[in-house]
Amino acid sequence: MDVIEYRIDRRSGVATYLQIVQQTKQALRLGLLQPGDKLPTAREVVEATAINPNTVLKAYRELDREGLVEPRPGLGTFVRRTLGNADATGDAALRAELGAWVDRAFGAGLDREDVTALMGAVLDTYEQRESAPAEQAVGGREGSG
Amino acid sequence: MGDNVAGREPALTGRAVAKSFRRRQALRGCDFEIPVGAVCGLVGPNGSGKSTLLSLAAGLRQPSQGELRVLGLRPGLDEELRSRIAFVAQDKPLYARLTVADTLRLGRELNPRWDDALADEIVRQGQLPPTSRIGQLSGGQRSRVALALALGKRPEVLLLDEPMADLDPLARHQLMGTLMGQAAEHGTTVVISSHILSELEGVIDHLLLIEGGRVRLSGEVEQILDAHRLLHGAEGLPLDAHGIVEDRRTGRGRTALVRADGPIAEGWQVETPSLEELLLAYLRSPQADPANSTAHASRSEVAA
Repeated sequence: MDVIEYRIDRRSGVATYLQIVQQTKQALRLGLLQPGDKLPTAREVVEATAINPNTVLKAYRELDREGLVEPRPGLGTFVRRTLGNADATGDAALRAELGAWVDRAFGAGLDREDVTALMGAVLDTYEQRESAPAEQAVGGREGSG
Repeated sequence: MGDNVAGREPALTGRAVAKSFRRRQALRGCDFEIPVGAVCGLVGPNGSGKSTLLSLAAGLRQPSQGELRVLGLRPGLDEELRSRIAFVAQDKPLYARLTVADTLRLGRELNPRWDDALADEIVRQGQLPPTSRIGQLSGGQRSRVALALALGKRPEVLLLDEPMADLDPLARHQLMGTLMGQAAEHGTTVVISSHILSELEGVIDHLLLIEGGRVRLSGEVEQILDAHRLLHGAEGLPLDAHGIVEDRRTGRGRTALVRADGPIAEGWQVETPSLEELLLAYLRSPQADPANSTAHASRSEVAA
């Protein structure tokens, strides 16, 4: 039995490899994946999810780059460290702030979908700013004209 | 997988490929290259030439002009290619009077690299009784046997013409998974034609879009998507410097798919299109962009 099973939502708008990265991190945070655990092989993942094998390899490369997993040639990809727990107090503070914010959002008449959409939009903007500063300059405000 | 070394002979190469039947020209001037290990979607409207192209690659027909090579060899002429490729035609030609078990035995005896376990597994997944005659199976069940035969052959290049069309959603998911598993394990090159665009999203890494017998887009999916932008905005925003694929007005708004040729004017909401959005925009605008610069750009990058 695999230690983790990825669920791919093709319509979510989130890149498929990112879904794998995020689900792996979530499993690390929850302790479902522990250091030394072997991630499923690309073949196992694509047989279960019917996605392109390169996508899995890209996700594993990203996790490797972040120091969370390591490939061992001929053996597979293994978890190196956990995520999150050390930072539980920080998490709690953030959670409380977010809770207060959600209170205000509902108070202002937003519903769950509005809040999710707003959160998604803010995260998208943040990610775009983080990942593609060059892109921003090309498609951006000052560049044209 | 992964060892897709630059400079290696591509899995498929087309140079000015043309094919005519009597007075009808099914393919004209098709240039394309599909690298080894690619999972390539072959997309286009009905009658665009997809099946003709696949039958040329399978060696069932010869081009009228130009040259098409598979693994550097000429399909239908170079005998050694036969065992290295597999083709599943749209009508799934099988022997109607043979049973499922007989059909697999035929595969085993005709193919030196036959993978018995894999072929069995595919048939078993579909719960097909081995004693059923092919002629008594449903269309979807026949598709499953045809795919078992093709995958069991362990081909280096797998050519599939609308393989999933008559399969139920579960079978489709299972078989696409098996297909991707083979690509992961053996680096099998897969060329798959489909009408169901959402089915290809997340599956293919290369794209060959043909229409009216001509290549409109060819190359790596990621590069093609990166070379386009989906713009939403108010009517009257400038769009001059761009290759416009599609430009639609909706009420006071305007949605355009453009090639990202330069800076985009202020006021547009800019997104990278999904594969389905891109393909639909191209299919809705058959007149756009006969020069097909994207194809050339991405092809040279792939070749580099």
